[in-house]
Amino acid sequence: MSTASLVMMLTTVITVTVVTAYFLIRVLIAPKETDDES
Amino acid sequence: MGVNNEAWGSRMGLILAMAGNAVGLGNFLRFPVQAVQNGGGAFIIPYLICFLLMGIPLLWIEWSTGRFGGQKGDHSTPFIVQGMDPKRQFWKYIGVFGIFTNIAVAAYYCYIESWTLAWVYHSLIGTFSGMDQAAVGQFFSDYMVVNQTTTGIPYENVFFYIICLALNTWILSRGLSGGVEIAAKIAMPLLILFGIFLAIQGVSLTAGDKGALFDGTVGLGFLWEPQFDSLTNPSVWLAAAGQIFFTLSVGMGTIQCYASYLRKNRDVALNAMTAGWMNEFVEVVLGASILIPICVGYFGVDKVVELVNSGGGFGLAFQSLPFLFQNWGDILGMLAGVSFFGLLFFAGITSSLAMGTPWMGFMQDEFGWKREYAALSFGCIILVLGLPTVFFYNYGVFGEYDYWAGTVSLVVFAMIESILFAWVWGIDKGWEELNRGAEMKVPKIYKYILKYITPALLLFVFIGSLFSPVGGEWATAFSSLISGHGWTFDQGSLIGTITNDALKMQIAAAHGAGDLVTADNLQTRMSFINGARLLLLITFMSIVGLVYIAYRKRQREGRFS
Repeated sequence: MSTASLVMMLTTVITVTVVTAYFLIRVLIAPKETDDES
Repeated sequence: MGVNNEAWGSRMGLILAMAGNAVGLGNFLRFPVQAVQNGGGAFIIPYLICFLLMGIPLLWIEWSTGRFGGQKGDHSTPFIVQGMDPKRQFWKYIGVFGIFTNIAVAAYYCYIESWTLAWVYHSLIGTFSGMDQAAVGQFFSDYMVVNQTTTGIPYENVFFYIICLALNTWILSRGLSGGVEIAAKIAMPLLILFGIFLAIQGVSLTAGDKGALFDGTVGLGFLWEPQFDSLTNPSVWLAAAGQIFFTLSVGMGTIQCYASYLRKNRDVALNAMTAGWMNEFVEVVLGASILIPICVGYFGVDKVVELVNSGGGFGLAFQSLPFLFQNWGDILGMLAGVSFFGLLFFAGITSSLAMGTPWMGFMQDEFGWKREYAALSFGCIILVLGLPTVFFYNYGVFGEYDYWAGTVSLVVFAMIESILFAWVWGIDKGWEELNRGAEMKVPKIYKYILKYITPALLLFVFIGSLFSPVGGEWATAFSSLISGHGWTFDQGSLIGTITNDALKMQIAAAHGAGDLVTADNLQTRMSFINGARLLLLITFMSIVGLVYIAYRKRQREGRFS
């Protein structure tokens, strides 16, 4: 595997994984939504 | 008002269902092939740019407008989009795309889904044991012929198709929280688990071990090798934009339908981002690490390029992988087959379930149908519309459905809804809707992206597919136009497809060569293709008719959008 391929792959995979985990964690730690609106 | 009192059971259930709607077979079979064919690792640059400038804005548009429509009791696009501009009465007919696309796509998509179920079954019972690659390829061809049987089950492909359809109908009849949400909560974690197992197997493949000729990293290197000069080719950007459409399931009307069951002040901004990025993770991280690394490990780069060009990702998956998995031994091979085709089945069913909900929402809202009847009617329509794709697969009916419903309709509807959101409804109103209850700060720049960039990009994609020049050579085509030599449409462009250019050329060539049998066969194929288009048109017009009846009913009942 060339350096260019490796850099391209690692950058993309790490970025996508980190961003996905970030949003998922935000949802998981968010306070439970209540049905106070109508 | 109808009897539609569906609701989501939990926030995570909604996100998983939305992610499941987006994650489909294309994540594993289409994305890696698109990357290989459009610049390798460099493809990710236009792909991610399109995701940021077109995919995310469309997700936000669809989530917001869906939740907006749901407040007024509308759970399908005809009256959701009509509600955004009540003065002009034509919008509800534009919204027909949001029901039509789902019905037409589900008709052929359930067929592919049924292949995955059949391949799970055959992997389990060891059908592929001892077969060489040609035999597995032949097995696939035999499976497509209705009156052939590979296991003694008569009409095997119809049998699996009906099982698949019945399963979809049954889950849909159990409602959102009791059916779709539970299916997503089971299918999505399993899909990711199977994906991780196969990705580890693919990447850790070692030359000389288990019959592999090359390391799995050779395939990864091949897929990710950036060809930066491809970035100047508009066709690569069009392919990236097209992939974003397919992968996010935008422009279909399913997202609006799912979001319409949210309450008024529930978050859409963060939910949409989470579901969207979850899909990206499955596609870019898992999707890129399975098919190509395994196939390159056994076939080498040149053979994979040849196979990809002849049969695409579907060809590689259904005609090659069962043969390759045999090299992993009886147990691991069987597990890999069940995991891979099971993964595809879960990816497929979470998408096809989403396709059923707009029709059901429409019938429940407008005609007061019970959920069970709405689900059953969806199953019956899909059966009637889908059987031609099963029986006449080899005559191009399947491909025609895919082109018009799964490609053109998506782009048309997404383009119109982005203009409606930003320019007709108004970006200020849209921005306020998006930010109501938002649990994340939506960057202000997106107000301008939603207003200018996204509609412009969608227009570019639409015009690009309409006027695509021969061979995708835009620079040559423009030079030819400027020098007065006109514009030659590619046979695969929208215009070239409408006029059946490719088939007509093949028929003329067969006549020229005196091969009347081939010419006759091609003529028959063209008749089937035109028949499929007529069927799709009748479906579309029938939904237009239903929307008109619903509108008159609303008028009589004093209900206006």
